[in-house]
Amino acid sequence: MIRIERRLTDAGWLLVAVPVGSLVGAVILSSVILLATGHDPLGTWQRLLDRGFLSEGAMSATLVQATPLLLTGLAATAAFRMQTWNIGAEGQLYLGAVGASGVGIALGSQPAIVVIPAMVLAGLLFGAAWAAIPGALRAVFRTNEIITSLMLNYVAGLLITYLIFDSHSYWRELSTFTSRVFPQGKYLSPAAAWPSLQIAGIAIPFGFLLGMVAAASLWLLYRSTRFGFEARVIGDSRAAAHYAGIRTRRMIVAVMALSGAFAGLGGAAEIGDFRHVLDPRGLQQASFGYGGIVVAALARLNPFAVILVALLLGGLSNGGFSLQGADFPAGLVGTLQGLILFCALAGELLVRYRIRVQRPRSSSVRPPEVAARPA
Amino acid sequence: MNNTLVVVIAASAVFYGTPLLFASLGELLAERSGVLNLGVEGMMLVGAVSGFWAVQTVGGPGWLSLLTAVAVAALAAAATSLIHAFLTVTLRASQIVSGLALTIFAGASGLSSYIGHVANLGGKPAHHEFDAIDLFGLKDAPVIGPILFHQNALTYASWVLVGLALLYLYRTRPGLHLRAVGESPATADAMGVNVTAYRYIHTMVGGALAGVGGAFFSLAITPFWLDGMTSGAGWIAIALVIFAFWRPELALVGAYLFGAFSSLAFTLQTRQVHLPPEVFSSLPYLMTIVVLVLVSTGWGRRRLGAPAALGVPYIREER
Repeated sequence: MIRIERRLTDAGWLLVAVPVGSLVGAVILSSVILLATGHDPLGTWQRLLDRGFLSEGAMSATLVQATPLLLTGLAATAAFRMQTWNIGAEGQLYLGAVGASGVGIALGSQPAIVVIPAMVLAGLLFGAAWAAIPGALRAVFRTNEIITSLMLNYVAGLLITYLIFDSHSYWRELSTFTSRVFPQGKYLSPAAAWPSLQIAGIAIPFGFLLGMVAAASLWLLYRSTRFGFEARVIGDSRAAAHYAGIRTRRMIVAVMALSGAFAGLGGAAEIGDFRHVLDPRGLQQASFGYGGIVVAALARLNPFAVILVALLLGGLSNGGFSLQGADFPAGLVGTLQGLILFCALAGELLVRYRIRVQRPRSSSVRPPEVAARPA
Repeated sequence: MNNTLVVVIAASAVFYGTPLLFASLGELLAERSGVLNLGVEGMMLVGAVSGFWAVQTVGGPGWLSLLTAVAVAALAAAATSLIHAFLTVTLRASQIVSGLALTIFAGASGLSSYIGHVANLGGKPAHHEFDAIDLFGLKDAPVIGPILFHQNALTYASWVLVGLALLYLYRTRPGLHLRAVGESPATADAMGVNVTAYRYIHTMVGGALAGVGGAFFSLAITPFWLDGMTSGAGWIAIALVIFAFWRPELALVGAYLFGAFSSLAFTLQTRQVHLPPEVFSSLPYLMTIVVLVLVSTGWGRRRLGAPAALGVPYIREER
């Protein structure tokens, strides 16, 4: 007989063992899928590891992929900690990219010291504003933020498609003949390209550094400010927070905006570090917003762990993109991410509960004789 | 008369609303048992790809091939939903995170995309598709003809299904037990109802119906396979359950309302209405938000019909 009991104390070692075990479990499960479809799992993982982390320049490319994942992971962490389900990081990232690229084009002739902070600010603000919509709807009408924030992802996707493909917007390149036939965005001036820090041959993008600062500030915010305390109380019990006089409605809007600001910064970093142009197809294919949910869950909503996990999953998607083809079918990265989440969820059971195997009482153990005596 | 804009839109609203109806009926049954499954989008995509695969692989006459395809789609999506049932019912994981994980795992750029690419399904038309059937020879009847009597077999099946769901929920003993499990699992347990079994079965029925809804995309609407082809229909189906106050007959109304929003995009464009296509395409998403806001204000705020135990794991020892 197996019994599941609630743990009364946290088992510290499990907090590390569970995420690591989730990764291993996900790799084993997806190996089964690979085998079932006639692929060689070992070779696939080897190539993935090689392209994602080991080969020349792989780490630099991985860091570029990890940057938006780090920021969307922080976006999910900020919201999920308060049990506010912002699933809209995808759209908020697009909006951040729109804001940052717009500012980058507008200030193209200015020096980098002016353009780059302006892009960062625009990314933060656009993302926050887009996330404030479902936040406000939740606060005022109690509308389910999961669905509204998700619906806005599709709207944001259509918005950036419209800006480049179906309008003569400010973001679209219209000066040459080819660009009028094959729509594309305006490229940003070199001053708007974000710098990178070279350490031991690895280029650490400016966006990633910003992401690390963001992770530290989020950790501080939740650990040692009144705002963070109130958010944690709301996360534990909305009713208790209400009775304690915490303004839950205001907090919901604030946390959604904060979460959106992180995601928007992710979009700005994607423009400044990597694309230098508003590219609707590329942004939508990357699906960093949904990846951020996986990052946050695997990091168990710990901002510092988010940095590590983002690096790991960034390497995975970097390797996945560069390998895509017959040997490495599209969809494997998403499948792997989903499996990681499943394993992490199953592992959560071990963190919260203790599983105890009880031997069924054997029949040789008789109840006391007293009970058997006739009355 | 049957070519007027209103009739054309109404007829195609029923057509585009059918997958939403299947998926939201399924989600409704799952939620009635207390299991919120946010993986509808992923399960629909699994249904779309596996149904399409079956129709390309299984030979025989068209009707048999299509029937098999629907069965395969339902089974594959039900198997996918089993993961959610196991994680949330047996392992008591968060239903929200597990459902999201299901969509990431199975959805666009996940397993459904993997299967489609490995089986090389892209860019080919379906061998067979669901054609409109002229029911009782009434397709040319004024107004109601194209709307009610010129739809495909799956749409007719969905009407039967709404009736069955109503009968099941309100007129049978298992239906009563199901509602009890969703409202108060502890009470149901005390009555001798197997809460775990009810939750597993209805989550999987929900998965199967989402799979059929997904197959409607690849076998009737497009009919070819495309990565992420449901583009948010699964999420709209979840919103529809709230809109319908967890009642099958209202899910039918809601599905056709949203079918109309989807069909508006196509119909108005062919009628030379000049607006950017993105405006029409974003209509279903924006209307979902508007409708959700409307039902969450006023009399809807009391959450009429929401199962009391929705989203809460049932643990016998901790009641």
